[in-house]
Amino acid sequence: MSLQDAIAVRPVAEALQRAQAGKSYWSRVRERLLADRITMAVMALLASIIVIVLAAPLIATHDPTVGSVFARLKSPGYQGHWLGTDEVGRDLWSRILYGGRLSLLCGVAPVAFALLAGGSLGLLAGYRGGIINSLIMRSMDVLYAFPSILLAIAICGMLGAGLVNTILALTVTFIPPIVRISETVTAQVRSFEFVEAAQASGAKPLSIIRFHILNNVLGPILVYATSLISISIILAAGLSFLGLGITPPDAEWGLMLNNLRQAIWVNPLVAALPGAMIFITSMCFNLVSDGLRSAMDVRI
Amino acid sequence: MWFFIARRVLYAVPILLGVSFVVFLLMKMVPGDAADILIPPEAPREVAAMIRARFGLDQPIHIQYLRWLQAMASGDFGTSIFTNQPVADELFGALANTLKLALPAALLGFSLGVLLGALAAHYSGTWLDKLFSAFAITGVSLPHYWVGMVLVAIFAVVLNVLPGQGMGPEGFPSTWEHARHLILPVITLSLIPMGVVSRLVRANVLEIRSMEFISALAAKGLMGRRVLLHILKNAAPSALALMGLQFGYLLGGSILVETVFNWPGSGSLMNLAIFRRDIPVLSATILVLAAIFVAINILIDVLQALIDPRIRR
Repeated sequence: MSLQDAIAVRPVAEALQRAQAGKSYWSRVRERLLADRITMAVMALLASIIVIVLAAPLIATHDPTVGSVFARLKSPGYQGHWLGTDEVGRDLWSRILYGGRLSLLCGVAPVAFALLAGGSLGLLAGYRGGIINSLIMRSMDVLYAFPSILLAIAICGMLGAGLVNTILALTVTFIPPIVRISETVTAQVRSFEFVEAAQASGAKPLSIIRFHILNNVLGPILVYATSLISISIILAAGLSFLGLGITPPDAEWGLMLNNLRQAIWVNPLVAALPGAMIFITSMCFNLVSDGLRSAMDVRI
Repeated sequence: MWFFIARRVLYAVPILLGVSFVVFLLMKMVPGDAADILIPPEAPREVAAMIRARFGLDQPIHIQYLRWLQAMASGDFGTSIFTNQPVADELFGALANTLKLALPAALLGFSLGVLLGALAAHYSGTWLDKLFSAFAITGVSLPHYWVGMVLVAIFAVVLNVLPGQGMGPEGFPSTWEHARHLILPVITLSLIPMGVVSRLVRANVLEIRSMEFISALAAKGLMGRRVLLHILKNAAPSALALMGLQFGYLLGGSILVETVFNWPGSGSLMNLAIFRRDIPVLSATILVLAAIFVAINILIDVLQALIDPRIRR
């Protein structure tokens, strides 16, 4: 709704200069990324989190859903539970691992789906303009009228908790901003002369989008989408924290946080861990997004 | 200017209609309908039909929508299925409580955000810039509901200096007792706006500072502080737009923080309604929050246009 969704695509002159220097935009981006030590380190950390979480069945020491009433809220190191146990005696290390799978899935999947759906809608709206543009953008304005998490809560609250509804709710939440960004960038690129030249030479709309537009708009849209992942992780865990997302007994970081709310008095470490994991992961995604942004030189 | 305002307000009408349609659609997608919650499974069919008729659930769907819309538009939000009280009473009380949190949180978050962002830009490249930027990115990466829990653990349980639950005494917040209850939730809630605003202000100030008109002003002999005024004026519209959005998020998204602190606001009301399957309360709350968000956006657009005449076109 703001009137200043200004996004700058690099001016064509500079793009020409780069092309003459013999290097493509993407190879320059790669060079800049490799030179950015902080971003590389964060990417490595993020990659190791993802690998560890994916390898949960191999490295988990216990069944994440089986507890014991005799081993509730034990400190780290208790009888082979090296991170301790939760409020019903389940192994915390195993639950963090398995919880990470669902938390990451709920964080990444909605953004990926929204990127596909919203990106194509925005491309269509920006490229075709006219009535199609109005139709798409005005319906997005309606979804924009819900302050972010409210829409997700409305969907999960009405349709019920669960993995599918959580991903659906967050996807719908993230589609409008992605449509808006991709529409703005596409409309800008479309006004460049090379698109007009392609049209004049008889290229079909689909191949113009494929060869001339997509390459130029993908950067800003991708950077924006990565910045949404961290929000998505926090919101997904938040939904589970409210009891609207992942349902017990499955492990998910937000849900664990909710279950452990009362336990923070007994064993603060046990209750602090899931939250710290959410924080670290979302911080990593934010830093990677910032790194990508400066490497791709996009301003959103 | 008046034309701009009128156009902006008129445009809100189709948006609100769309919003109401989305909320209604969601209501209808609820597994079962409102009557199912009231009617015991062993109730005779005639009784069930009677209750359905009383709620208008036997009508075709478009009639139901129009009736519901008419009721909502005239300020009749219906009665809660659970408490049998008018929804409006509960809703506006809860909204007032949410405002008690959101206003100070916005004030704190925005002023800290502008300050940190401007300072980071001013000292760009130095360790101060890095420190403030790290602060900002931490603010946007922290799950604030978790921060709330940790703050409660530290200040309410271990140190026992601040209350960790509830709102304290009723009424307008004017005493220390009120303020004590506000401190922890307000700090928690202000983290995200602080981070988001400070990141935007930093980027904006840096960008505007590199523009030619700033060099021209300096070349003209303008002093540093006067130049700063120009920078701020140019950074204001987009910062305002962001603050408007963030304030809306504070209202609509306070549900998480309200849950942590047991704050009796609109978020807690929604939470309760979801678990009681109290659809009238839930849908009215969502609708009103979205309407407030739309109103805030209009207000921000008008403010932007006042500062920057180019937007009026």
